[in-house]
Amino acid sequence: MPPDHHEISVTVNGTAYRGRVEARMLLSDFLRHDLRLAGTHVGCEHGVCGACTVLLDGVPVRSCLMLAVQADGHEFMTIEGLAPDAERLHPVQQAMHNHHGLQCGYCTPGILMTMTAFLKENPSPSEDEVREALSGNLCRCTGYQNIVGAVLDAALTMRTSS
Amino acid sequence: MKPAPFRYIAASSLDHALSLKAEHGDDARFLAGGQSLIPAMNFRLARPAVLIDINSLTEIAGVTGSPGSEIRIGAVTRYRALEREDDFLKGCPLFADALPHIAHPAIRNRGTIGGNLSHADPASELPAVALAMQARLRVRSVRGERALTASEFFVGLLTTAVETDEMLTEIILPPPQPRSGSCFMEIARRRGDFALAGVAAVITLDQERRCAAVRLALCGVGDTPVDASAAAACLLGQPCNDQTIAEVAAAVRETVTPSGSVHASAAYQRHIAGVLVGRALKTAHERIGHAA
Amino acid sequence: MTTRYFGAPVRRNEDKRLLTGQALFIDDIELPGMLYAAFLRSQVAHARIRHIDVSRALQREGVVAVYTAADLGAYWQAGPLLVPAPPIPGLVFNARTQVPLAKDKVRHAGEPLAVVIAESRYIAEDALEDILVELEALSVIVDLEAALKTAAAPVHDDLGSNVASHARQIKGDYRSAVAKAALVLKRRFHYEHGISSPIETRGVVAQWDARGRQMTIWDTTQAPVFVRNGLAAILGLGERQVRVIAPFVGGGFGPKIMMFYPEEVTLPWIAMRLNRPIKWIEDRFEHFFATTHERGQIHDAEIALDDEGRILGVKDVFLHDTGAYNPYGLTVPLNSQCTLLGPYVIPAYDSTFTAVFTNLPIVTPYRGAGRQHGVFVIERLLDLAAHELKIDPIEIRRRNLIPPDAFPYKNEIIYQDFQPLEYDSGNYAPVLDKALAAIGYDAFVGHEQPRLRAEGRCVGIGVACYVEGTGIGPYEGAKVQVQTNGKVSVATGVGTQGQGHFTSFAQIVADELGVDVRDIDIVTGDTDQFYWGAGTFASRGAVVAGNAVSAASQAVRRKALKLAAEAFECSEADLVVADGKVSITGIPEKFIRLGELAQRANPMRGAVIPGTEPGLESTQYFGPAKGATANGVHAAIIEVDPETFELKILKYVVVHDCGTVINPLILEGQIHGGVAQGIGNAFFEKLTFDEQGQLQNASLADYLLPTALDVPRMELDHTVTPSPLNPLGTKGAGEAGAIPVGAVFAEAIEDALGLKDKKIELNEIPLSPSRLFELIGGGRT
Repeated sequence: MPPDHHEISVTVNGTAYRGRVEARMLLSDFLRHDLRLAGTHVGCEHGVCGACTVLLDGVPVRSCLMLAVQADGHEFMTIEGLAPDAERLHPVQQAMHNHHGLQCGYCTPGILMTMTAFLKENPSPSEDEVREALSGNLCRCTGYQNIVGAVLDAALTMRTSS
Repeated sequence: MKPAPFRYIAASSLDHALSLKAEHGDDARFLAGGQSLIPAMNFRLARPAVLIDINSLTEIAGVTGSPGSEIRIGAVTRYRALEREDDFLKGCPLFADALPHIAHPAIRNRGTIGGNLSHADPASELPAVALAMQARLRVRSVRGERALTASEFFVGLLTTAVETDEMLTEIILPPPQPRSGSCFMEIARRRGDFALAGVAAVITLDQERRCAAVRLALCGVGDTPVDASAAAACLLGQPCNDQTIAEVAAAVRETVTPSGSVHASAAYQRHIAGVLVGRALKTAHERIGHAA
Repeated sequence: MTTRYFGAPVRRNEDKRLLTGQALFIDDIELPGMLYAAFLRSQVAHARIRHIDVSRALQREGVVAVYTAADLGAYWQAGPLLVPAPPIPGLVFNARTQVPLAKDKVRHAGEPLAVVIAESRYIAEDALEDILVELEALSVIVDLEAALKTAAAPVHDDLGSNVASHARQIKGDYRSAVAKAALVLKRRFHYEHGISSPIETRGVVAQWDARGRQMTIWDTTQAPVFVRNGLAAILGLGERQVRVIAPFVGGGFGPKIMMFYPEEVTLPWIAMRLNRPIKWIEDRFEHFFATTHERGQIHDAEIALDDEGRILGVKDVFLHDTGAYNPYGLTVPLNSQCTLLGPYVIPAYDSTFTAVFTNLPIVTPYRGAGRQHGVFVIERLLDLAAHELKIDPIEIRRRNLIPPDAFPYKNEIIYQDFQPLEYDSGNYAPVLDKALAAIGYDAFVGHEQPRLRAEGRCVGIGVACYVEGTGIGPYEGAKVQVQTNGKVSVATGVGTQGQGHFTSFAQIVADELGVDVRDIDIVTGDTDQFYWGAGTFASRGAVVAGNAVSAASQAVRRKALKLAAEAFECSEADLVVADGKVSITGIPEKFIRLGELAQRANPMRGAVIPGTEPGLESTQYFGPAKGATANGVHAAIIEVDPETFELKILKYVVVHDCGTVINPLILEGQIHGGVAQGIGNAFFEKLTFDEQGQLQNASLADYLLPTALDVPRMELDHTVTPSPLNPLGTKGAGEAGAIPVGAVFAEAIEDALGLKDKKIELNEIPLSPSRLFELIGGGRT
C-alpha cells in the first residue's frame, strides 16, 4: 500500500513543531530523528524497559508505544525540557548527580521523566514507594540503590524548598 | 522493531468508528491505549491494514453510577482514570486490588479497560475480575447492540465473542451485595508482569455469617479467565474458616488446567492457584467485617 | 603527590551531559544521505542454505541495495581468532570463527543471511520479508552431552565432532589426595549464566569519504583500537585511514568487546560501495541472537578433605557451551577453571573441560566471564562438605583460606592471560570477618533464625568467598597534555560504558598536576585521539589505563617543574605544583600558570635545546607483568515463602578488596550493578531454548531483568590490600558484584528451607520459585 502520511502539530518542551509523518512512525522515532531531540532513548520498543518515557500532557507514557500521528495536538516534555535552564538542573537531576545515580546514562532520561512525575503526585514517598514507582524502568548498571537514594533526597529538597 | 505499514484513521465519533470497522472488517483494528496492540505491531505479530483510533471517543469513556447502584464504565476509560475514582474503587474493591498489578504507571496512563478486555490475555487481571463480578459487557456495531455476560465474552485464547464489526463499548458492574467482601491477589515473577496465577474472590455471607454466595475467578491458569465458582460450592452454607477454605483451594487445584510457560511449570501454577485461592478467600472474608 | 582527589568520592564529570540528554549515543548520529541497514537472520538453528532470492526486495521502493555472502566476494572471510590457544600441554583446540553473512550453512538461529539497505529502518524491515530463503534443515544440537555423541550432526562439518576444545590442567597429585581423604564428596552442578542485555543495544555507523579516503566508524565497541586495526586490514586500508569512535555507550558488560560482529564487518564495506553513510542499530529482539551470550556448563566435581575439613584436592570435569563459533578462544572456561580455586589452599587440582560447539549463539565473556561457574562449584562443595563433616560452613572456609604471608601465591595452572595463575596479594580472613560482622552472622544463626523458625518463617543465610582475577595486560596508554588555557586534556585507548573513566582518570591527573578535577577533559574510545590500546574488559580499565594515566601525568609534572625551574632559575626542589600553577615554596606570589608553561614549551620561533620535546605533554604506557587478584565475600539473609517459593532478600552485604581505591562512589556503583546482575543470574534470568535451538523468551517481557523491587539495598565495605604489580596499587572491581551471587542464593535458600536435612540440594543456577517447587517435590499448601 502507498505510505499513509499525516500532518501533525505538537508542542515539545514549550516549542511548537509541525511535521509530516507516516502513520506507522513511532513517537520515539519522531522525537529522536525528526525533531532531533535524541535525549529520549530507545531500549526495547516493546514497552518494558521504560527508557523512552516522556511526559504527555504532564503524565509519563512510553513513547515507543505511541504513534507520532497520535501526538497531534498534544504537549510533551522530554528530558531536554526538564532542567529549568542551561545553568541549573532540576532537583532530581542534581540529586542523581550527587548520589551517583547513573553510570552509562542510557536509562537515565526515562527514569528522570518517570520519577519527576511520580514526585509531583507523591511528594513524600517511602523507600518502598519509590522502588515501586521505579520498577517499570530497567537499569542494568546501577542496581537501583543510588537512584532510590537520589529520588528520596530530591523529594526532601523539593519539599523543603517549596 | 518497526510496525508494518497501515492506514491510520482517527475516528471522530463512535458511529464513525463502527462504520469504518464494518467497512474494513478483519483488516482493521481499533486502537485504544495501544499498550498491547502496539508492541504486537512492533514485533510484526499484529499487522492490521487499517488502524481506527478511538482515543478521542469521550462518549465511551468515564465511570458512572452511584454507591449502591450498578456501575458503568466506558470502554475507552484509562486504567489511570479508574485508579483515581475513589468512589469507584470503594464500590469495586476488586479493581482497587487488581489495578496496581497491571504493568506499570506509564502503561496504565494510556491503557484502557476496553482494550484490556478485548485483548483477552488469560493472564491479565481484569478479565478475571470481570468474571468474578459477573460483569455485563456491551458491544455495538452498525447493526445494533447486545450485552454479553463475562463468560459469554471470553471464548478462547486471546479470543472474545466480539464479532468482526463490533466494538466493546461499556462494562456494567452489578452493585455489591451486603455482607460481602472481595479480594484479588496474584503471583507474578516481577511486579507488573503477567500473572503466573491470580484469583479474584467475592464472598457473601448470610445473617448467620455462613457463606451465602461465592464468586471465584482465576487468571493465568487457562486459555481464558477461569470461573471456579462451582469448585467453591462446598463453602455454601458453611462458615468460612481455614478448613472450609482449604477444601475450596484443594477443589480448585483439581479443576484448573494451566499449561505452564517459560516462567513456571503447570504443576507450580496449579499449586499456587490453590495457595492464592486460600489466601484470597481468607482476606475477602476478613474484609466483610462486622458491618452487616 | 598530595592527595586531594585520589580516593575521594568525587562526583562525575560526565554526568551533566547524560542527565540532560545531551550525550551522544550511537543512534543519535545523523549524517546527510544516511541509509539504514536491517539484517535478515536465520529463523532456523541448523541448516544448509540452498538458495537466497533477493530480487523482490530489490524492487521495493526505498530499498537501495541487498547483499548476501556471495556479493561480498573476496571480502567474505571468517573473522580472526581473537584469543589464541593457551599454552596448555595436550590441549585440543579447534578454532572456528563467525562469518560476515552465512554462506552454505547456518549454525544458529539469528545468524545473518542477508542485509538490506534502505531509506529507513522501517522500509528495510519491510524488505526483509521480501527475501526468499530456501534452507534444508539439519538436526539441531542444543544439549551439551548429546552434542558429544558421535551420532550428532556436527556444527562444523569439517570437524569430526563438536569438540571445540579439550584441556586438562593439573596441580599436585589428586589421586594421593583421595587416598588420604576422610571425605570425598562428588556432585554434578549445572550453572547457566545469561545475556548482558544492556539497556542500549549495539550499533554501527560507517561513513566513507571517497575523496579523502577516510573511513569513520562509530561503534558501540569496548575495544575501538582493535576494531580499527582489524577493519583496516580487512578493508585493505591503512590504519590511519580508519577512525573508530565509541561514543557514549549504554552499557557494555563484555559482549560489546567481542569482534568482529557481522555488522561491524559488513557496514564499512557497504559504505564504500554505496558512497553513503550507513547506520545499523540492533533492535532488542535481535539482541537476543545477534549479540553474544554467556551460557551454561555442566560440572562433575569432587572434593577430597581431611577430617578437619581441610581441602586435600579437587577434581572437576566439565562441559562448556561455546555456541556455534569460538572466536574468543578459551577465556570463559579458563576463568571457570582457575577461579574455582578461589581464596583457598587447594594443594591438588585436576581440572578438565571440553568446550562444545552447539547450534546456539556464540558465547563470549559477560561480566564474570566464567568465574561464576567456578565459584559456584567450590562454594557448594564446601557447603555440602561442611554439612557432612558437621563443621560450621564459615569455619570450613576459614580453615582453608590462603594465609596472608603466602603471597604471591602460586596456583600454577595457566590463566586467561596465558601466565601461570598467581595471586599478587591478599588478606582474606579480615574480609570474611567484616562480612560476617556486617550481616550479623552469629546473632542470626544463634538467635534470629531460631526465633523466625518458631514463627513459621523460612529465613536462611548464605556466605560465599571468591577471588577475581583483574587488571590483566597486555597494556594501555595515555596521553596527558596541558593546554595553553591551563586545562588538561587526556586521551586513552580504552572505551567507556558507564564506569566513570571521565572522572576516575581525571582524579589521578588532578592530584599529580594540582589542577581542579573539573578542568580535566578525558577522551576515551576515539582511535584518532589515541592510537594504541586493548580495550575495556576483564576489570582492567582503572588498573591498566589508570596506571598509564598516572605515569603520563607524572611525566608532565616533571616537565612542568623543569620548565618552571628554568624560568625561575631555581632548583626544582624549591617548587610546588598546586591550583593550576607552579610556584616557589613559601613565595606564592612567584608563580607561573601551567597554561603559560605549556605555551612556553611550544615556542613559535627561536631555538630549543636539542632533544627537547615540544608541549607540556607526555604519552606513557603501562603493561602489568600479570593480573592482580581482587577478592571478596558476599553474604545474604533471604526469606522464602514455603508455600509459593517467592523470595525476599532481607539483607545483602558485600565486603571487597580491590587494593587502592580511586573513587569509592564509582566503586560502590560497580558493586551495586554487579550484584544486581548476579541476582538476575541467580533467580530471574534464564535463556530458554527449545530442542530446535529456538529461544522461547526473546523479549524483555519474558527474559526477566531484575527491577528496583528485586534488588535490595546493599551494605558495602572494603579492605585495602594494595597490589604490588602496579604503582597505584589498584586491582580491578568491575565484575566482583556479579560473581558469587548464585552460590549465596543456593546456600541461603537451602538454609531457609532446611533442605540439607531433607537431603535436597540446590546444585544449579538459575533457580526460580517454580524450579524450587519442582526440586523440593511440592510446597506447603
